[in-house]
Order: sequence, then structure tokens, then C-alpha cells
Amino acid sequence: MSTLSLVFVNLLRNKRRTFLTLFSVTVALFLFCALGGVLDTLQDSIKVGSESHLVTRNAISLVFPMPLSYRERIAAVPGVKRVALQQWFGGTDPNNPHNFFAQFAVDPVFFQIYENDFGLVDASPPQARVAMPPGLDSRFQAFMAEQNACIVGRKLMEKMHWRLGQTVHVSGTIWPGDWPFVIRGVYASKKKSIGEEVMYFHWKYLNERGMAGQGQIGLYVLDLDNPERAADIARTVDAMFVNSSAATHTETEKAFQAGFVSMYGNLPFVLRVIGLAVVFAILLIAANTMVMAIRERTREFGVLKTLGFQNSTVFRMVVLEAAIITVGGGAIGALLAKGLLERGGFNMGGFLPPMTIYWQTVIIGIAIAALVGAVSGLIPAWQASRLRIVDALRRVD
Amino acid sequence: MTSIRLKDVRKTYRRDTQDVPVLDGVTLEIASGDYVALMGPSGSGKTTLLNLIGGIDRPSSGDVFVGDTNLAKLDGRPLAKWRSNNIGFIFQLYNLIPVLTALQNVELPLLLHKMSGKERKDRARTALELVGLGDRMQHFPRQLSGGQEQRVAIARAMVSDPAVLLADEPTGDLDRKSAGEILALLQQLNTQFQKTIVMVTHDPHAAERAHRTIHLEKGVLATVGTGAYA
Repeated sequence: MSTLSLVFVNLLRNKRRTFLTLFSVTVALFLFCALGGVLDTLQDSIKVGSESHLVTRNAISLVFPMPLSYRERIAAVPGVKRVALQQWFGGTDPNNPHNFFAQFAVDPVFFQIYENDFGLVDASPPQARVAMPPGLDSRFQAFMAEQNACIVGRKLMEKMHWRLGQTVHVSGTIWPGDWPFVIRGVYASKKKSIGEEVMYFHWKYLNERGMAGQGQIGLYVLDLDNPERAADIARTVDAMFVNSSAATHTETEKAFQAGFVSMYGNLPFVLRVIGLAVVFAILLIAANTMVMAIRERTREFGVLKTLGFQNSTVFRMVVLEAAIITVGGGAIGALLAKGLLERGGFNMGGFLPPMTIYWQTVIIGIAIAALVGAVSGLIPAWQASRLRIVDALRRVD
Repeated sequence: MTSIRLKDVRKTYRRDTQDVPVLDGVTLEIASGDYVALMGPSGSGKTTLLNLIGGIDRPSSGDVFVGDTNLAKLDGRPLAKWRSNNIGFIFQLYNLIPVLTALQNVELPLLLHKMSGKERKDRARTALELVGLGDRMQHFPRQLSGGQEQRVAIARAMVSDPAVLLADEPTGDLDRKSAGEILALLQQLNTQFQKTIVMVTHDPHAAERAHRTIHLEKGVLATVGTGAYA
């Protein structure tokens, strides 16, 4: 037996209470890390954006379109390698409107620009030979050959129990009606920060069926020769359309993502406040438990001191008891959050990268748990160490 | 060998705004190897006197010498260290730690001494065998009778081989038979191991086992008598 084993024996003297306290700390730290994970994921979503890509949108707002005619003019700007089209579709699952997933209408250049971020892992055999844009992966043949073909992320396929070649239906909201799509390819991300829960389909299909050929587009994605010239090119592009009916706002993809995240408003602040409230709550729970546990053992502390145990030893034992409960519970909660939530791949239907909880957040969580343990144990430890032996021995439980 | 000397010891407790005198100028000498019974009515200051000798309380004035150490001059860490080396306590309600086995309870004081885990266990086993509980080492206090619990407490008190054993009504919570066994054990520790024993008791039969009896009345030494055993 050692002083440390004495601490563990004391922890196990009321197993139910210890377990419940540990469990409450576990739940609290799980929540704390989950909230921290949302902040981490938002942070990650900013990192997704590349400095070598520019995004051009309507200067008024993201929801207003721009004419397709801008494409050629933008592509002619020196330093712009290629320009892709991207349009938010905003459809819903007709069987379950709450089963949200993102859909984008894109052109083939989009896949070329993002070939380093994701690529096809499965594709239908081509039904017909069509002319392929130079440089596009030949596995896009089946997709290119069919007007209402779509490419679906691997995780979305699993989630919806879809299979390659299946016709799936999406209810249009911005462009109403039933939209059938045939799955002709499955993509997987090449980077951890890229999600796999998005559906991509032909912009031409949307334009012809939904927009009556008006040729309007939500976003242009510009691939640059030299990222260092991004600021100049953005200024040049915006200057070209400044007096047009749809003035543009061009920014790096990273800045675009950051702006997108900023639309969540004060969410990070709210999450931090909730996290702190959770920490404060567990502090009270742990402190209450420790005070009760120490109060019950007043006489025993008197005995220990009578035997010659120093006040400082008693102090350390009590603080250690509190720290073991909180650090143990905290570590379990934080690691569970990282393991379960990251594995779960929650990503707000493709709006954000897959849920990430940085190790830094886990470590901060465990450190907070240790701090909570120390603080919650300090008062009872101080009381136990200051206890006069004669008073402790006189106490009748 | 360690003798105990108290010189004009006073002890006053403060209750709310009033000072309550408990010991009033006690001067006393107990020779090493002596076995003394402290008697007196409730509130006469017996336990306080015992606590002062054991260094778990400090006198308001006067000196308490145990051996060459004046406990009135010690405090905190040195006093705790001194207690662990020199004093064994036996309480009326045994005061064993309920979540520790008999062996672990006896081992407890040895955690404060530098020795290996094996040596600690060996010494604790020896102490338990000496009090006749060699077959109850892995039992928890709740699995023992009152008499057995008190014997574990005695083993714990003597395991670090202190010169002085202080017993506060060690038979107060026991039946006659168990009380007899405990008193016999204390007597054995006194005669066989030359432990100086100071025992607070209300029981005249228990006091008879001591070499002498000291009576306290309202914090003052009343009489110093002789036990039948002396």
C-alpha cells in the first residue's frame, strides 16, 4: 500500500458517487469538446479554401446571379488559367425534406480545378462516346454523356443507400419541380478537410430546364497561374464589371470561405459561452461531491494526522482525489468526443468539412478538467488540512 | 527510555466569547515503562491531558516533555513527524479506516517511515500476529468484532514501535470478555515490550491493571493512587 493507493481506495469507497461524478464530468467534457469541435470545423472550413483560386460572386450578395457572359471576359484576364461555374441548387430529398445534403450545378472545368481535392473512385461505364474536355479524367465519360447525370460523394452514397446507376429524385426549391438525376460517378476526397456529402450535376441541365436558358451563374471559380497575383487579378475582374448590371466581388477562395463562416454570426461566441457554462457547472458538481466526501471522512483525517500524516500530505491526497475524478472523466469525455464525432463525419450536409476536433481542443479540455479538479478539490483539501485533530476526532458521524 | 513530564500545564478552550479552562496547572511525571490509568468524571480533562502528551493538542501554557522533547515548542510538521515516531494511539471507537483491510490499517503508520513495501507488510503481519489476529489480516473492520477491531487498533498503534502508547477508554465500547482481553494485551505490551502506557478509563477494573491511577477533578490532579497490579 502507498499514499497513492490510499487515494484510489478512497475513490472507490462510494463507487456509485464516484462513478456518477466521473460520468457527469465525462458528459460535460464531451459537450465541451463537441462545441470546440464545431469551432475547429469552422476553422477548418476556412482552411479548405485555396490561395490559388479566386471566387467571383455578385457584389450585392451571394444569392444574386451573374450573367454567363462574364465567363469569357474573366477567362481573358491575364493570369487566369481557367474559369469554372458553380451554382447552388438547394433541392431537398422528396422522401425526407429534413435529410439535408448539398447539391451544386457545375461545369466540367470545376472537376479539373479541384482534381487535387477530390476524384472519382467509381464510375458507370460510358453509354456513349462524347468529346471530353482536354485533361478531364476519362472516368467522367458516363457523366459527360448524360444530361441529368450526377456525381455523388462516397459518404452521401452510404448515407442515402444509393448505388451507382440509380436514378434519384431531388425536389427543387429555387427551381421547383421533381429533378431526376442518374448517379454516374462516386467521388472521394483526397484531403481530410474535403467532405464527401455533396452532389454535383451539369450546370447545363439546370440552365436548360430550370433557368430557361437564361445563362445565369452564382459563382465563378478562377484557377490562377500565380497565386501571388491574386489581389491584382481580383481587382481587374471587379473593375471590368463595376458599372454593369451585376457588379462583382472577387476574393480568394479562403476569404470567401471565411466570409461564409462569418454568416454564422456570433455562433463561435455563443459556443464558447456555452462551453464555459458547462465547465462552471461541472466545477460546482465536482466541488460539491468533494466537499461531501471530505465531510464524511473528517474523523478519518483526524486519525491520519494523529498517526503523523502531515497537513500537506492530507491536502495533496484530497486534491489528487478530485483531480483523478475530473481528469479521468475529462479525458474519457474529450477522447470520446474526438473518436465518435470525427468518425461520425458530421458535416452539416456538405456545407462544412467533416467534423474535426483538433488535438489542441482535446488537450485544452483535459487541462480544463484538471483545473476543475484542482479548484474543486482546493477548498475541501484546505479544510481537511487545516482541521484540528482534536476537533476531527470529536466529530460524531 | 522515554519518561513523560508535565510542568504547570494549563489548557483553555475558547467557546464563543468565553475561555473555558480544562487543565489548570497540572504537574505530573510518568516514568518510562510505567502504566498509568487516568480517571475522573466527564469533563475533568482526562482526554485533553492525553492529547497534550500525544502532541495532538498544545498547552495554553506550561511544558510537556516526552523524553527530551518539549512538545509545547513543537508545531506542524515537526510535531507530526515526532508523533509518527514516538506515540501510538488507541481510541475508544477504534477509528480504523473502514475501506482498508486489517493489514492495510496496521500498515498505515508505516507509510510515513522509509522502508520497502515488503518490510512494511512483514512488520504489519508481525504486529497482527502479536495481537492474535494472524488469521484476520484480510478482513475489513466491518467483518470483525469490536474486540478484534480494538486489537487491530492496538497493532496499528505499536507497529512503528513507539515508546509511548496512549489509550483513550480502550475498553469503553467492549463487553467484559473483550475488555479483559484488551487489558491483558496492554499489560503484555507494558511488561514484555516495556511500553509506557497512559490509559484514560472510567472503569475501575481497567484501572486496576495499571501500575498507578491518577485522578483528575475539574482540570486539577486530585489523587495519585496505586493500581492493584503495581
